[in-house]
Amino acid sequence: MIRDQRREWVAAYLLILPFVLIYGVLFLWPTVQMVYLSFTDAPLIGPGKWIGIENYVEMFDDRRFWTSVRNTGYFVALTVIPNTLIGLAIAMMVSRLKGWQQSVILAMFFLPYILPVSVVYRIWNWMFDLQFGIMQHPIALILGKPTPVFRTQWLFMPSVAFVTIWWTCGFNILLFLSGLRSISTDIYEAAALDNASRWTIFRRITWPLIWPVTALVLTIQLILQLKIFDQVYLFVQGGRPDPSMVMVQYIYSQAFQKNEGGYAAAISVALFVIVIVVSLLQFQFLRARGEK
Amino acid sequence: MSIADSRNPALGAAGTTTTSRKLRAFDIGGLILTLITLVFAILWAFPIYWGVITSLKPESQVISKTVEFLPRTWTIEAYWEVFANTMIGRWYVNSLVTSLGVTAITLVTSALTAYALSQLRFPGRTVLWYLILASFMVPLTALIVNHFILMAQLSLINTWMGVILPQLIHPVVIIVYKNFFDSVPKEYREAAKMDSASEWRIFSRIYLPMNWGVTTALAIVTFIGAWNAFLWPFLAVSKPEMMNVAVGITQVNDAFGVHYARELAAAILAALLVAVLYLIFQRRVTQAIMLSAGVKG
Repeated sequence: MIRDQRREWVAAYLLILPFVLIYGVLFLWPTVQMVYLSFTDAPLIGPGKWIGIENYVEMFDDRRFWTSVRNTGYFVALTVIPNTLIGLAIAMMVSRLKGWQQSVILAMFFLPYILPVSVVYRIWNWMFDLQFGIMQHPIALILGKPTPVFRTQWLFMPSVAFVTIWWTCGFNILLFLSGLRSISTDIYEAAALDNASRWTIFRRITWPLIWPVTALVLTIQLILQLKIFDQVYLFVQGGRPDPSMVMVQYIYSQAFQKNEGGYAAAISVALFVIVIVVSLLQFQFLRARGEK
Repeated sequence: MSIADSRNPALGAAGTTTTSRKLRAFDIGGLILTLITLVFAILWAFPIYWGVITSLKPESQVISKTVEFLPRTWTIEAYWEVFANTMIGRWYVNSLVTSLGVTAITLVTSALTAYALSQLRFPGRTVLWYLILASFMVPLTALIVNHFILMAQLSLINTWMGVILPQLIHPVVIIVYKNFFDSVPKEYREAAKMDSASEWRIFSRIYLPMNWGVTTALAIVTFIGAWNAFLWPFLAVSKPEMMNVAVGITQVNDAFGVHYARELAAAILAALLVAVLYLIFQRRVTQAIMLSAGVKG
């Protein structure tokens, strides 16, 4: 018996060994190192000396750091809820369709999601081109004149958010679709018997029953969008990055352009903490709402 | 509506007319909604269509003030330009190697770990499981600085390994696998145990083959994810010949004005493989996305 148990232990440790190695070396170790580095004045590569909480003190006085926090928050506000609601709306439209029609329409909405971000950037950079971009027709109609949206301060973030929603909405649509499919048709038939209007059906049946999926999508979106870097970095190329700087971009610029490893690590710790706190808070909040 | 009719045959003539009028009104409403859906879908997919069409025009027609939904002259000149002036072939190889590497290592290590967590009892099992669950909400993006330092210490900057290693943390793959292994009937394992089969045999002959479906699904989305990864491959590589295609195409910047057809041709080549993969394995991709979001597909 005991020999059998030993054998099971050995087998188990051999099976988990590769993963534990990867996890330890590439996840736990860098995390510990990040915290350590944030208390030093080290450059990106090379040794530094322990300076206590100086990096954190500097961070609290750093105007550019707070700008990056604000911009990240602004981007989150512009994307998370709209992306979720648009995803739900499209999923409801798609779920009405049947068979091949549904497959084709769903593929049209989902295709952007599987594109690399740089391809999304190329496509929309062309769509929004000041001289020849097709989007300048509606823009001229709304704003009165053709506008370089990625070179206009107040339009930059909303435009990047717009492109981001187009790019990532497919994911939300899929989750909502599977949620909608799991709502029993009996309930809708009963509502139809009562001559309930579309709006009543949505408000009284669909919305409460789909809420767990909505909560899930909101959580995933929030955590994802806090880590925004790629789109902002790509669309700002050739312009001034400072006014629209987001947190990951600030980490990148401090570490890889300014060679401030220690300070970049301190900002990384801040981002780390923000993401964990936000996801814990949101988890609690959504659970409370779900139980109500 | 039809149910209402059939269940109330006693409704009489007057009742039937109101029902059928309502039925017609309902259908028109439905038709309008379907049309709106169609228009919206076309608008949604239009940027991709527009990118493809633009890449098939000569540069001189790209910069036209009038909107031309089809090229006047079809040409693949822009694609030749991309092949001739960039290292796109090399970038493709880099993307293929690193994405396959990430996919293979992630799936193998995750499946083995999930099997151990699901079927075996050993000291430290609970701790490992909670660590995996906890790492779910940790932002790996925050580790870029230390990943770079680590890869530099191991002299892996500008190598395939350097691109692959930091992309291997996918706790969700383990979680999905564990759920599937948990639901394999215990009798299989007990029968194999009777024949004194080793754990490795039970895993590779029973548990893995029984879950080929989920393995393919996870493999496809992991591959697409690695192919599309931008931030880490962008940081880990500075030599143009070691770049992944998603990073490489942002380097095709012409100093001499706009060359949109060329830029878009490069972009379409970069997306081609994953787009085709998605269109072939649509169902699997959908399944894997739902599984990894914790929704039953």
